Amino acid sequence: MAKKEYAFYPGCSSQKGASASNYLVSVDSMCKTLDIKMTEIPDWNCCGASISYAEAGELPRLAMNARNFALSEQHLPGQDIVATCAACWLGSRESKERLEHNNTLMDDTNKALKEAGLNLKVIPEVRHMVEVLIEDLGYAELASHVKKPLEGMKIAGYVGCQTNRPFGIQGESFENPMYLDKLIESVGAQATKFDQKVTCCGGALAFSEPDKAQAQIKDIIEAAYDSGAEMLVTPCPLCQANTEVYQGQINKKYGTKFQLPVLYYSQLMVLAYGGSAKDAGLNGQVIRARRLEEFAGK
Amino acid sequence: MADKHAAYICTGCELGTRLDAAALVKTATKDGKIALVREHAFLCSADGVAMIKNDIDNEAVTHVAICACSRRAKTEAFNFPTVAMSRGNLREGVIWIRPDTDEARETTQEMAEDYVRMACAEVKAMKVPEGNQNTGTSKTLLVVGGGMSGMTAAVEASKAGYKVVLVEKTGALGGMAAKLWKRIPNREPFKAPMDNGVADLVAQIDADANIKVYLNAVVAKTAGAPGRFKADIAVESGAVSTEDVGAIIQASGFTPYDVNKLSHLGGGQANVVDQLGLEALAKAANGGPIKRADGKEVKSVVFVQCAGQRDTSGEHLSYCSGHCCATSVKQAMYFKDANPDVDTVVLYTDLRMPGNNEDFYRAAQNKGVIFSKGVVSGVSTSGDGCKVQFKDLILNEDTSADADLVVLATGMVPTTGPDLDALSEANRVAEGSDEKAAVAKEQVIQMMSTSVLNLDYRQGPDMPQFKHGFNDSHFICFPYETRRTAIYAAGPTRRPMDIAQATEDATGAAMKAIQAMENAGLGKAAHPRAGDLSFPTARLEGCTQCKRCTVECPFGAIDEDEKRFPLFNESRCRRCGTCMGACPVRVISFENYSVNTVGAQIKAVDIPDEFSEKPRVLILACENDAYPALDMAGMNRNEYDPFMRVIPVRCLGSVNTIWITDALNSGFDGVMLMGCKHGDQYQCHFVKGSELGRYRMSKVYDTLKGMNLETERLMDLEVAITDVDTLPKKINEYAAKIQEMGMSPFKGL
Amino acid sequence: MSDMNQQMSAKYKNNFLKEIEEQAEMGEWVKMCMQCGVCSGSCPTNFHPGWEHPPQELFMMIRAGKRDEVLDSQSMWMCVSCYNCYVRCPRKVPITHIMHGIAEYAYRIGRAPKNQPTLHLSQTFWNNATKTGRVNEVQLTQSLYFKDGIMDGIKKAMAMQDVALGLVKAGRLNVMEAIGGGHKCKDIKGIHAMLAKAKELENQRKGRAA
Ligand code: SF4
Ligand code: SF4
Ligand code: SF4
Ligand code: SF4
Repeated sequence: MAKKEYAFYPGCSSQKGASASNYLVSVDSMCKTLDIKMTEIPDWNCCGASISYAEAGELPRLAMNARNFALSEQHLPGQDIVATCAACWLGSRESKERLEHNNTLMDDTNKALKEAGLNLKVIPEVRHMVEVLIEDLGYAELASHVKKPLEGMKIAGYVGCQTNRPFGIQGESFENPMYLDKLIESVGAQATKFDQKVTCCGGALAFSEPDKAQAQIKDIIEAAYDSGAEMLVTPCPLCQANTEVYQGQINKKYGTKFQLPVLYYSQLMVLAYGGSAKDAGLNGQVIRARRLEEFAGK
Repeated sequence: MADKHAAYICTGCELGTRLDAAALVKTATKDGKIALVREHAFLCSADGVAMIKNDIDNEAVTHVAICACSRRAKTEAFNFPTVAMSRGNLREGVIWIRPDTDEARETTQEMAEDYVRMACAEVKAMKVPEGNQNTGTSKTLLVVGGGMSGMTAAVEASKAGYKVVLVEKTGALGGMAAKLWKRIPNREPFKAPMDNGVADLVAQIDADANIKVYLNAVVAKTAGAPGRFKADIAVESGAVSTEDVGAIIQASGFTPYDVNKLSHLGGGQANVVDQLGLEALAKAANGGPIKRADGKEVKSVVFVQCAGQRDTSGEHLSYCSGHCCATSVKQAMYFKDANPDVDTVVLYTDLRMPGNNEDFYRAAQNKGVIFSKGVVSGVSTSGDGCKVQFKDLILNEDTSADADLVVLATGMVPTTGPDLDALSEANRVAEGSDEKAAVAKEQVIQMMSTSVLNLDYRQGPDMPQFKHGFNDSHFICFPYETRRTAIYAAGPTRRPMDIAQATEDATGAAMKAIQAMENAGLGKAAHPRAGDLSFPTARLEGCTQCKRCTVECPFGAIDEDEKRFPLFNESRCRRCGTCMGACPVRVISFENYSVNTVGAQIKAVDIPDEFSEKPRVLILACENDAYPALDMAGMNRNEYDPFMRVIPVRCLGSVNTIWITDALNSGFDGVMLMGCKHGDQYQCHFVKGSELGRYRMSKVYDTLKGMNLETERLMDLEVAITDVDTLPKKINEYAAKIQEMGMSPFKGL
Repeated sequence: MSDMNQQMSAKYKNNFLKEIEEQAEMGEWVKMCMQCGVCSGSCPTNFHPGWEHPPQELFMMIRAGKRDEVLDSQSMWMCVSCYNCYVRCPRKVPITHIMHGIAEYAYRIGRAPKNQPTLHLSQTFWNNATKTGRVNEVQLTQSLYFKDGIMDGIKKAMAMQDVALGLVKAGRLNVMEAIGGGHKCKDIKGIHAMLAKAKELENQRKGRAA
């Protein structure tokens, strides 16, 4: 039997062929090593993300998240829901809080759920993958599986917004959370002193207000280089995508020469645990992480 | 009984290993000319103390020089009240501030020997203080003012077992607080206005046999001194009774700033009131909808904060009265609680809601009170109400708001009686016989009519004021200490404050007053030399009647007798020595602190000749801040120059210029004065002492020039007790400067 | 101006604060702002041109009854949901949600600025996500680029071409999705019924005609 069991909420971007598919690949193999069993919530739906606020309104978004809760409780009773995406986690957690604190909203939500043949009584805990790693396993346990420490690699831990605010990881500060640095160090790499670790990547506005978002992304990448980092690592799919895929555009606009690989923490862990480049989803990088590819090949 | 001197050299605390004790014994015997000199390995131990005690009891020793640690250490062990005692500071003052190295050994020893000589010389010039015989033993407290502060002081003193005479000008107790519909909350959950609490206090006072209340009464005259004041209390009906009291609390409160002076904010208009005006409307409404004077129900109200306060033009009050933000919040709630639909807008520049008032503020926001950051430029009549013109500071635009009623948050003007300087100036002009004199006479009469205490003191009828007409009380370090001993100011007469603060203030003042009465009864000084038995006396044969002492005494302790000689009121005296420092003919002294006790120490220092490369610098250090700072520097082993010789003084004010000229004449290369900060942010324990001392010293620079000496040979340093690390550095810098200047030409003359 | 706008304006007369309190998500918090400015100083979008009115100012404008200026403003549409202000506000005002709430309300009553790109993104995203229950990233991207017509879309797509190509090469943009394949929920019907009900209930609660 697996050590830990969770109801898995992968979210839209982690699906096969979607923008964070490499995240999913690496999480899969990481969980195997750590003996974590993740069962996908049957027929889960989109969380709505923050950006849907204008079109969706409040109750429809709550209903979407409530549907996931109800499905999870129905099929995987008693299990915590685990999300890998920061936005999914935040959207679900926010919904949970609001429903638990507001009876009118809860009643209305159940009326809506009824239309989909569901009913919500207990809302499971909603957690981010990182919380599972840190709180349920602990840094020591994570480090104990390391076969090939990522020695000598300098990595900037980019926490971003939504895994950090407004909920964040228990015990961490909003202004200078340390957990990602600690994760980097527990796989044997060196976390650089990176002063833009909680700066916003522009979020969804990378689409609607590209100039403003790219100005922010530029600051982030620049600071990572300044800190001496050779790559960026993040826990959030939107952070990952925004900081990685727009580097070319920024280079064009600002004349910079950015070429900084951006990875997920889970990819580092898979490699340190002895996994292959494929297990780690390194083929999913838009900016190739050559140093890691070489490392995996050794 | 003949004087018999004894000196004790301690060799404990490493003194024995760092210093040559035998040589110190010799110094005390030969240079100090002390009959009985003893060495002890642990002087402050029971055994050491018993040895001294035995000498006092069985060897008839009357004067004791203890050469060991600082006078601030081991005061319980070295407590011999029947003899005169000096302390040579060999530990904090010598071995702890010098390195334990071979090169330093010689100069360290010289330092120690000088301190032994100084202790011996000092004690020989001392007498045992006899204590003030002129004491009074009244333990009744007079409280002037029957508002929240006064009532609280009375009740608290009574609870502590003291009798109280409470004098109130109007026909009822309660003061300003009684005019409030409700007060700002002072307890959990800080969310709603509370009962003003006046009825409660009045009932307590009515039921209290210890408290005697005079209504419609004023203090017509206050004579005497702590422990034996005589207060004439004049009642409106004409009756005057005299009460014997030991201490006084002035809780004379405040009046609101005259709203008519604020015509630019609508002051004087029918629908513009000040905060007290609104309280009256709220009282009349009694919880129902609040109506204007013309009977119209108020549907919209604008509060204008800082009305005529924090004013930079110089026309109105320049200070913040502290309570008015919370008061407006409270008053806005009056409206919202009676009718949530009333538009209530508070226009502020900074909302000052310290402490739990923050919760109160939040509660008001929750009730829908609107707060806007804006500066009001005008209030005009508009239709049936007012139009308030203001600049919105957040939106950065000029705009306006309509209101049925405008409330101006005006400030507190303290009731403190005439300004003593203005009064004495008017008195001076009134002496003449010209037209101006006639006007001045009128002024004097007018000013005297506002007196609160009518003190029969040479220095004027009331307590000195500090800024803005508030009573001077030691606001940085000792907030209750005024400049009239055993008279304490409490409440808004001292500084602006709200009811909660005034209640606390009054309680503190009551405790201080009790302490002062008790000390006065024992002939002891009050703060900061609490318990001191010495007091100043003047050798009147030598007095030139220059009046320096009567003028300079910061506490108004000295009157004049019929022959115009200074007349000391010992129990008013705080023992600062300012009079002693001031006296040009040096006829004022304390038994244990005098021109001689210090002068003898200065002379006792051994001055090496010009070619020795061993300069000598005299440090006169205030015992309240600078001397402790030097001791602490020693505790931290912060080293300083070995050529310094430190003598503690009671206050810079007590420094007589003769000490400086004597020191320089006898070959000292420099003199450093260390005293507390003076001026608006003063920290001097004696309020004016360091200022007066410094003023006096400024005259010495001319003398230096006359002696053909560099003015840098006299150095005035402001020192706070916290300067533990910086002070040694400053001393060393000065030492370097002296080295640079070269030796004084006066050596060996 | 739309009927809805007039209807609401009439309903709340001059009390815009009350309108926001009742209509915008978390609007009841606006009155609790103490104008300290921490939010404005924390907002990343404030550092780049674009913030006409930072949150503090918007809240003050609401209290000052500046209905038109607030509802027509671009400002709340600039919020990137970074929650910086939210965690720093000393009064614990849920600023991020209020920003969204005001924007949403402005949109509902037809006051959102014309061609507001973030609004368009929000609409496209939600419609995309709720069509099948899950987001179809290719279709999402397409509709985003082609919102201003074919020509503009091609221009934008050309500009973004390297971005898209990079993703395709990395296996992270599945072109199959464009032609109807891709991910979807099984109970699409249930989801649609649920959302219709939710919308109806929300309109009812806020007194907005459907
Ligand atoms: S100046 Fe000081 S020592 Fe002299 S009488 Fe006044 S309080 Fe006493
Ligand atoms: S200062 Fe000295 S000389 Fe002058 S009045 Fe006082 S005691 Fe007399
Ligand atoms: S941080 Fe909070 S209290 Fe401060 S201005 Fe912004 S919303 Fe208002
Ligand atoms: S959540 Fe929105 S309003 Fe708040 S700081 Fe971030 S972008 Fe600005």
